[in-house]
Amino acid sequence: MAIEIKMPALSPTMEEGTLAKWLIKEGDTVKSGDIMAEIETDKATMEFEAVDEGTVGKILVAEGSEGVKVGTVIATLLAEGEEAGAEPAPAATEQAAESAAPDAPKDAAPAPEGGEPHKAETGARQLFEAAKHDSDIADPALPEGTEMVRMTLREALRDAMAEEMRADDRVFVMGEEVAQYQGAYKVTQGLLDEFGERRVIDTPITEYGFAGIGTGAAMGGLKPIVEFMTFNFAMQAIDHIINSAAKTNYMSGGQMRCPIVFRGPNGAASRVGAQHSQNYGPWYAAVPGLIVIAPYDAADAKGLLKAAIRSEDPVVFLENELLYGRSFDVPKLDDYVVPIGKARTMRAGKDVTIVSYSIGVGLALEAAEKLAAEGIDAEVIDLRTLRPLDTQAVLRSVKKTNRLVVVEEGWATCSIASEISAVVMEQGFDDLDAPVLRVANEDVPLPYAANLEKLALVNADKIIAAVKKVTYR
Amino acid sequence: MAKAPATRTAQPPVPNRERPNEPVPYAASKDELLALYKQMLLIRRFEEKAGQLYGLGFIGGFCHLYIGQEAVAVGLQSALDGEKDSVITGYRDHGHMLAYGIDPKVIMAELTGRAAGISKGKGGSMHMFSTEKKFYGGHGIVGAQVSLGTGLAFKHKYSGDGGVAMAYFGDGAANQGQVYESFNMAELWKLPIIYVIENNQYAMGTSVNRSSSEDQLYKRGESFRIPGIQVDGMDVLACRGAAEEALAWVRAGKGPIILEMKTYRYRGHSMSDPAKYRSREEVQAVRDKSDPIDHIKKLLEEQGVQEEDLKTVEQAIRKTVNEAADFAEQTPEPDVAELYTDVLVERY
Repeated sequence: MAIEIKMPALSPTMEEGTLAKWLIKEGDTVKSGDIMAEIETDKATMEFEAVDEGTVGKILVAEGSEGVKVGTVIATLLAEGEEAGAEPAPAATEQAAESAAPDAPKDAAPAPEGGEPHKAETGARQLFEAAKHDSDIADPALPEGTEMVRMTLREALRDAMAEEMRADDRVFVMGEEVAQYQGAYKVTQGLLDEFGERRVIDTPITEYGFAGIGTGAAMGGLKPIVEFMTFNFAMQAIDHIINSAAKTNYMSGGQMRCPIVFRGPNGAASRVGAQHSQNYGPWYAAVPGLIVIAPYDAADAKGLLKAAIRSEDPVVFLENELLYGRSFDVPKLDDYVVPIGKARTMRAGKDVTIVSYSIGVGLALEAAEKLAAEGIDAEVIDLRTLRPLDTQAVLRSVKKTNRLVVVEEGWATCSIASEISAVVMEQGFDDLDAPVLRVANEDVPLPYAANLEKLALVNADKIIAAVKKVTYR
Repeated sequence: MAKAPATRTAQPPVPNRERPNEPVPYAASKDELLALYKQMLLIRRFEEKAGQLYGLGFIGGFCHLYIGQEAVAVGLQSALDGEKDSVITGYRDHGHMLAYGIDPKVIMAELTGRAAGISKGKGGSMHMFSTEKKFYGGHGIVGAQVSLGTGLAFKHKYSGDGGVAMAYFGDGAANQGQVYESFNMAELWKLPIIYVIENNQYAMGTSVNRSSSEDQLYKRGESFRIPGIQVDGMDVLACRGAAEEALAWVRAGKGPIILEMKTYRYRGHSMSDPAKYRSREEVQAVRDKSDPIDHIKKLLEEQGVQEEDLKTVEQAIRKTVNEAADFAEQTPEPDVAELYTDVLVERY
């Protein structure tokens, strides 16, 4: 029976890709480990290896095909004795090849009850899916008729850095794999080619050291962008971010500045486990002397990163890996800068205010859409900057809706959500018709198993339940 | 018959890479010597006064005195170009500031937490800076200044300004991980930096022998291909000579270099340290035999400087220090509104 070769998922968030090149042709024999094709994802071109042995039967997707969905049968492989052109076997589930074969030895572990092989659905995927939601409302600061360009968040961040580097020679970028590798997540793609190795600098794996070097260079008068491959690794460097960068201006009586941007992905990615899945927003937002930014869409990512690079203060710029490949409209302007410290109304509503930031905004918008179908009109606010917090924007909205739910992809304890609830209790108590509710991740380290990860992460249903509670529906 | 043994040459082994020359003590003129003496004495008297003010309650918190180590900062920094070379150190920073020509008044006023202090009273003893004089602190986290100083060196190279960074740290900080992360990148990128290990023998109460598997700290750069030189840190001319050699190495684009300065602090680690980990006799022996100020005084006398002239110098310095102390005691504390200023540079 012919073996189906399917378009593989080459990253946790890949949904489709380009079949760039076939390296085999019909009739070739392949064995396990042979490279069959080159497949382009949004991040990179990857080689696709054969797992099974056999003769290539039919190539079903021509090379150069774009937008090939993961799981599409792209070729068939014939076992010994089979003839080319034989009908492909009925679709098997993707993991079938890896699970026990029918003639497995008898002492093999029994399949669990109801143990049909199944592809696990992850919590991160829900976050990722929700990040398809765009704001209903255009940035009011934009001139009317501004042309918009669709681009990924990754490209928007890159453009922001490139534009600022063109404008100011003091700006440079350093970090692990930012130059020759073109960025671990391809955010710095192309920068080395344009700016050269003087300004795009690969570092050894040495977060504490290069965070300190960047901070020292900023004290000396440069404007470094320090990329952490993820903010989880910045734990090694947090001493320089807080003790050296954040406190210097104050300790020197305003004499010694530290204009630096620490940036990189933050929060849960997909199935990477507890040590690689944490939201550091509340940690950094707790520290006076820092600016903390966590954008949701590509326009804000671009405009806020440009503002961060220009700022004379140290900035922690928290990105989200699941959002990097997401496309949004970005204003086509020569110099699009978004002011730091201003929240944005993503959706207007009158019944309840949902406040969030970063990837939580997507969930909030998804929940708002579903709630609208049930007759609940939710307003969604994206904080965008976590320090300084735009508390007035939240208070204004609560004055209108009298109900507040704060959504956070992170732990609730000592969170941004906790801070917002405290502020609203202190300054907006009389406007509240219900207690403020926090909707956040479960209070556990993020588990690996897909079903547990899904349970641990915040999702739209949890938001909807909280909204119904505060609206007494 | 067995083969004849290979002929051996009597040549010493050739080092596998270039090394700096062994430094020679600096040949100071009489005027230069006198200038070095004045700076060292200023630090000694300033620190003694700071100790007194601490005892009287004018200075609070942590206060780390530089007494005994004066030859290091004075000898090394006298070789730097104050227009372009930058200096950074840890929390024992008063001496390095005085050696870089910063007004004793604003330093002392910072120690007493006054508005006229160099950090407006908001930094204190461990957190003082003068970007104007290219002195970048004054850092309270042990070893942080090593990475930060490497960043200053990065800036010198990036801007092509011809400057060299001098980063001081102690024998205690020499065991911090970020020191080696910085060494690695500094050599990899050939950054213009002189790492100065002020080995005063004790990391707070722990002696070098009790804390360091390799106690010859000048060798600590070997696995990064950074050469190191051990220097008598109680001899100001040896310090200056070593600085000249190190500067020649770094300015020639050969990358970083390490100077291990063997020195000694007479006082406790900070004002609250009774120094029970060493004997009174040990301290007294160093004072008697190798005091850096006595040493330079002898050199001056050998050059024919009269005792009377030295007395005049002493009086002038006492006057400067007393004036700084009076100023620091009398000048007002920061305005309460200063509590909220300088947290951020910009308004958002």
